[in-house]
Amino acid sequence: MLLQKKTTRRKFLLGSLMALPVGTIMMKGLSAAQAAEMAAPDLLDYKPVFFSPDEWQFIMAAADRLIPAGGKGKAPGALETNVPIFIDQQMHGDFGEEIYMQGPFNVHAPATMGYQIPFRPQQIYKTGIRLANSWCQQNHQKDFHALSDQDKDNALTQLQKNGIRFADMGEESLVASQFFGELLSDTKHGYLADPIYGGNKGMKAWIAMGFPGARASFTEWVKQHNVPYPLGPVSLQGARA
Amino acid sequence: MAQVIKPEVDVVVVGLGWAGSLMSIELAMAGLTVRALERGGDRGYEEFAYPKPADEYAYAVRNKVMATPAEAAVTVRYNMSETALPTRKWGAFAPGTGVGGSGLHWTAVLIRPTPTDLKLKTYADEAYKPGILQEDMRIMDFPFTWDEIEPYYTKFEHICGQSGKTGNLRGQIMEGGDPFEGPRSEPYPLPALEDTLNSSMFAEVAKKMGYHPFPNPSACVSRAWINPYGNQIAPCNYCGYCSKYPCLNYSKASPQTAVMDALKRMDNFSYEVHANVLKVELHDDKKTAKGVIYRDAQGNECFQPAKIVVLSSFQFCNVRLMLLSGIGKPYNPITEEGVIGRNYAFLSNGGSTLFFKDKNFNPFATAGATGQMINDISPGNFDGPALGFIGGAKIHSSQATGTPISTSLPKGTPAWGTGWKEGMEEWYGHSMKISITTTCQSYRDIYLDLDPNYKDEYGYPLLRMTFDWKQNELKLQQYLKGIVGNITKELNPDSYSESFLPMDAHFDLTKYVSTHNVGGAVMGDNPKTSALNKFLQSWDVHNVFVPGGNAFPQNFQANPTDTIGAITLMAAQAIKDQYLKNPGPLVQA
Repeated sequence: MLLQKKTTRRKFLLGSLMALPVGTIMMKGLSAAQAAEMAAPDLLDYKPVFFSPDEWQFIMAAADRLIPAGGKGKAPGALETNVPIFIDQQMHGDFGEEIYMQGPFNVHAPATMGYQIPFRPQQIYKTGIRLANSWCQQNHQKDFHALSDQDKDNALTQLQKNGIRFADMGEESLVASQFFGELLSDTKHGYLADPIYGGNKGMKAWIAMGFPGARASFTEWVKQHNVPYPLGPVSLQGARA
Repeated sequence: MAQVIKPEVDVVVVGLGWAGSLMSIELAMAGLTVRALERGGDRGYEEFAYPKPADEYAYAVRNKVMATPAEAAVTVRYNMSETALPTRKWGAFAPGTGVGGSGLHWTAVLIRPTPTDLKLKTYADEAYKPGILQEDMRIMDFPFTWDEIEPYYTKFEHICGQSGKTGNLRGQIMEGGDPFEGPRSEPYPLPALEDTLNSSMFAEVAKKMGYHPFPNPSACVSRAWINPYGNQIAPCNYCGYCSKYPCLNYSKASPQTAVMDALKRMDNFSYEVHANVLKVELHDDKKTAKGVIYRDAQGNECFQPAKIVVLSSFQFCNVRLMLLSGIGKPYNPITEEGVIGRNYAFLSNGGSTLFFKDKNFNPFATAGATGQMINDISPGNFDGPALGFIGGAKIHSSQATGTPISTSLPKGTPAWGTGWKEGMEEWYGHSMKISITTTCQSYRDIYLDLDPNYKDEYGYPLLRMTFDWKQNELKLQQYLKGIVGNITKELNPDSYSESFLPMDAHFDLTKYVSTHNVGGAVMGDNPKTSALNKFLQSWDVHNVFVPGGNAFPQNFQANPTDTIGAITLMAAQAIKDQYLKNPGPLVQA
């Protein structure tokens, strides 16, 4: 847990939670999941450790459009589940150190040859956000986060389809869809990964889907075909929901 | 740099995955002093206690127990005229590292090839008219008979606690097993895993269509098992974290669960981790090895003298070490001289994802190897000659994982936004797959060598793969598409999506296929076309043995681990019975 926010209450709750054996549910009238959710920082109070304030506004706004709140079901949105915190924590950590980074780089290689970018993901984000905001300024006289939802969706679609041409903006090593790909996959990972990484607050994405998390024992269930599994998820730290 | 000279041992083992751990225990049990050097870290049980492995992000996304590309990249190009590029991130494959190697994260499908798979060249010569097969194909027979290798399959399967249904017991075909399997001397040690819903649905339809479904043979043990080394393996609890994960229940046979416990207790065995072997040092006449040079955890260059050198690292690393050490002549694809790097092969996969609104598959309640498969479309079991290609596939419906990041969504579901979110909620747990795992033949211009441009952290060249799909494999894919399509229609899903290679496909490094990379230092009868004899002994340097997937002359449809285990055990037996008494070539060329 690398989360930066240091409220006394949160520290107390987290410390207590980590000491709980799996199966201990109630704590002063709160379920462990409720306690974990309370312990998770409020997104609006969170101070990013990797992203600058401008970049953070972009990440918050983009995550909100990639996984919006509302809709037909009960699935929460990226902001309700602290997805931006997940991305910030990952970029702040050892993310990308596993990539083989020796040159020469051929950024024009066919897509089937995989990642041939001379940047680690951290640089992809910094560059991508700067150029995306620059495109928004040119076209809308506003940064991305200040656009209407419709214009944000359009800008994201242009990134996804390389309609925003980074090369025309002086960036030869990266195309917009590569930045969009990193952003989208990290957003989904933050939404669906265990809450230990800072996203999926309260395991709400798992609850909506019906994924039981780290329960990891289904001897009696594997034989029961076409019967919905009745129990909610458990997290790596033993919270239940 | 000053070199640290280590005390001489009888055997130095390079890499401590399945091949290295099996070779270590077999030779240590024969009384030899054995020292294993492992590039990665130690990986003991305590690292895998529940709930740590139940973490999709760490293990399946961030590849927590795999080698990193930063330390183990290879370079790839489609043909000899291109400049190869490095695998900066893993995509199509992801080799393991550390104690246990790829035997720690494997899915544990423990299946034998058929007798025809092992004698593919003989079958091709008998069944195919000249000119039907591609001129540049270079398939070969494995250099042993079924009867020679069968006891070693049996032995390895007992080490793992293989769970499944016997199909052919000493020539007698058994109901419910695979009627195409080679005769077994003994039945499966343990009964099959339970079927999940998708497995039952697939098996029922396949049977109705005239195929012969059988449960995936598995090393996720279905019952408590004590193996021949005295190690205990716990019954699988279908936790849902298997492929890419160490087993939190100690139910998946791995070098840790099946070998290392007993091995670590032996006084004549020792091992060192973060010991990166750079080179095998040869005597001046190049006929024997003196030992190996490695970099230890502190960065010291060390020399480990040994009477026998076993290269048992991942297939790529074995081939690369041979090339870096000058063991055997490097392969030249123009003249076809030389053998190291020859006959590299990968494999392809594909299949259909079926979506059913009204079915709950509970995909998290599963073992990696859970499933049912058919072997009807493997070489010799269908009319390949009339179709103009050689090869085949196992066709299976497995449910290897049910973790959320890997969720499949129906065609047309948006990749993001409200539509994606609603799709996840609507379709998670409502899909099943029918998958193919195919053969892959070897070819004159598909090979491995040292890359001229890219180097590892020590300044040594990376291994270079020259690989792309050939017409034979693409024709096979198209044929399988038809079969899977028919099974799909019979299952009548609400919708489905297909993934098969089109006839103009190139190898796509971005999509995970498997880590069943084989060949490059293959076993054979002829030193002009093989690097190793049937006991995995280098033809050129007789005290070097090279067990691993590198020894396969082409890839069959069965998963490789059973065969890697069997050939390693056969080689260990030959070392014990023959080589120790009379060191020298075990097979006269």
